[in-house]
Amino acid sequence: MISIVYALLFYVASILLVVGLGMKIWRYATTPAPLKIPTMPAPLTKAGVGFRLFREVAFFESLFKSNKWIWLFGYIFHVALLVVLLRHLRYFQSDVWWWVKLIQPFGIYAGFAMVFALSALLARRFLVERIRYISSPSDYLMLLLLIGIGASGLAMKFVSHTDIIAVKIYMLGLMRFQIGDLPTHPALLIHLALVALLMIIFPISKLLHGVGIFFSPTRNQVDDSRTKRHIAPWAKKLEEGEDR
Amino acid sequence: MVELDISNKKNPKYVGDPLEIPKLACGAMADSQTFAAHPKHNTDLGFPPELIDNWKEVAIAKIGELGKKNRAFQVYLDICVKCGACTDKCHYFLGSGDPKNMPVARQDLLRSVYRRYFTFAGKYFPWLVGARDLTEEVLNEWYTYYHQCSQCRRCSVFCPYGIDTAEISMAAREILDSVGKGQKYCNEIIAKAKTIGNNLGLNPKALRATLEDLEEDLEDETGVKVRLPLDEKGADILLITPSADFFAEPHIDGLLGYAKVFHQAGVSWTISSYASEAANFGMFIGSYENMRELSLRVRKAAKDLGVKRIVFGECGHAWRVAYSFLNTLAGPFDFLDQNYPIPQHIMEFTHDLIQKGELKFDKSKNDEFRVTFHDSCNVARGSRMGDFPGGQFELPRDVLKACCNHYFDMDRDTIKESTLCCGGGGGLLTDELMDLRTKGASPRMTALQQVTEDHGVTHMAAICAICKTQFSKVMPKFGYEMDNILSVHQLVSNAIILDDQVLEEEKQKAAQAVQEAKAEAK
Repeated sequence: MISIVYALLFYVASILLVVGLGMKIWRYATTPAPLKIPTMPAPLTKAGVGFRLFREVAFFESLFKSNKWIWLFGYIFHVALLVVLLRHLRYFQSDVWWWVKLIQPFGIYAGFAMVFALSALLARRFLVERIRYISSPSDYLMLLLLIGIGASGLAMKFVSHTDIIAVKIYMLGLMRFQIGDLPTHPALLIHLALVALLMIIFPISKLLHGVGIFFSPTRNQVDDSRTKRHIAPWAKKLEEGEDR
Repeated sequence: MVELDISNKKNPKYVGDPLEIPKLACGAMADSQTFAAHPKHNTDLGFPPELIDNWKEVAIAKIGELGKKNRAFQVYLDICVKCGACTDKCHYFLGSGDPKNMPVARQDLLRSVYRRYFTFAGKYFPWLVGARDLTEEVLNEWYTYYHQCSQCRRCSVFCPYGIDTAEISMAAREILDSVGKGQKYCNEIIAKAKTIGNNLGLNPKALRATLEDLEEDLEDETGVKVRLPLDEKGADILLITPSADFFAEPHIDGLLGYAKVFHQAGVSWTISSYASEAANFGMFIGSYENMRELSLRVRKAAKDLGVKRIVFGECGHAWRVAYSFLNTLAGPFDFLDQNYPIPQHIMEFTHDLIQKGELKFDKSKNDEFRVTFHDSCNVARGSRMGDFPGGQFELPRDVLKACCNHYFDMDRDTIKESTLCCGGGGGLLTDELMDLRTKGASPRMTALQQVTEDHGVTHMAAICAICKTQFSKVMPKFGYEMDNILSVHQLVSNAIILDDQVLEEEKQKAAQAVQEAKAEAK
């Protein structure tokens, strides 16, 4: 029974994630930026913009300029999350890639780092007056959700083991639309439910920052307004019938 | 706020940190109110005369419309993670402590309503995500706090996603305008610029008289006939400059500086009475249509006068509109000489001549000034000068160093891309907002006080009409005189050596020698 419920949960969550995110990306990609508004100084070429976005995504450059503590905890969390996600690839591959095998031990450290950094970010939210002021319940809950995912994951490794092989067989089955048996281990069920929840809320929450940054005009525009005319389709219509 | 007596040469003292984070003072600026626009000025701009009955529906529809027309608005409302990186970056927050002046909190005034009506979570779980209904109270709050943002974009530098509060603030003002809740200062000025051609309402006759007076002053000062031409067809260069340059101090000294540079360069140039304004307040109210209409005046003037080039004078947001938007709004400028940047900043023009060695200066003429430079926000973060990123920081400094012996920069966290706004930009340069303007200026003033203490800096130079007016008003509140703010081209004007002037002096000397010789012969 639980196997079927979780299977449906993951199918629904995956569809909502992919479709929801796809719709948002489509929306962002098709909405025009009527004016050139890169935050200057900005790159003069497309390659330069690519490099700027790379620095933002890979190093959180602007955040580093802004606040070293938020940068430190935010950066640790995101890098750790990446390593943890990559580590989890093995549950979806029958033949595990060599580098996924290689990073397995690092994934454990990353799990701890992730929970630590998230706790620090949560503490900031409570302790720093300014950040407390701007926080809504969802902002705390989002951190708790991620901490819950990390903690339940670590619990399976260090507190009470679950049958990882069975989980992997179940997941590989789901990918082939076959519902097998999921171990009914509490930490595992909590872990998977929270992950599904995260997938579901991703396209309708602030987690959209992950894709939104690539569409941010202040970061993705080239500084070439004097040499290249930039005009939105709706703005072009205003010029109809004008003598130019 | 630290009191400072700049005449006190002994015992330099610690003047505090310009970026010191204040304790939150909830509601500290809630009573700051800017005057409402006259109904006629709203209608002049194409807005309802006063608050309409169905304002709520119209405002919500407008949010939806803007989300489809402007990607920045849509993306920025969606993706803020409330990390707090921007919370200590706004000069109005630093100066007032009012948490609603923290950039993210300012955005949230609108984001909370967007979430309520346009997002799943906000529709079904408003309490969870801080979504709220649009009420008249909320509308008034928008009016209060979106008129406490000078759209300087300092926060956007520090946001990990580049969220630009200026975009939200402009959109909010557009929504307010669309329901008939316009601001007097901006809308009255736009209405004037759209009909008369400049923000001051100076008609062509008055403008001509002003320029003629200035020509006389210039001749008295230099002994040379330096011209300030108006509406001269066939001139090579059209100068578009803020109308404050025609009458306000220290702006006017900057205008005289441009005239001397043009004179020395030997180019033909003209001002237009039809487009006698560089400023474009259409940007402040987020109205593409109004901004476009004002920009088209520049295009028409350039065509009618048959010029080859357009040069802009010292004005911050005007240069942002000119540099970043003019080609979009009023281009393409295929009828101008493509060998020059279109448009060009007067600083680029002057800098170019200095590089070529075509301008000579007597730097000692500026020895009475120990100068620092205030990077105007819209120039720094909204535009560029020269042909490399960051030229907007280097060119003015190069020009200043070419004509002054004593130049010092302020704290590096308060200049260049991190520059602090003067506190009067974005349509806030109006008397009823004096308290806000003073608070907003205080971080910049503290940074200035630091270099006064450390290097004996006496004067600050700027390249923006709004900065100049704002500082001349607020500097006296911080221990300076109102004329401690200078135009960059005022310093150019002081130090520039005109060839004609040298010839004239030599002629006079020769004539004097002849006279003396004659007298002796007698």
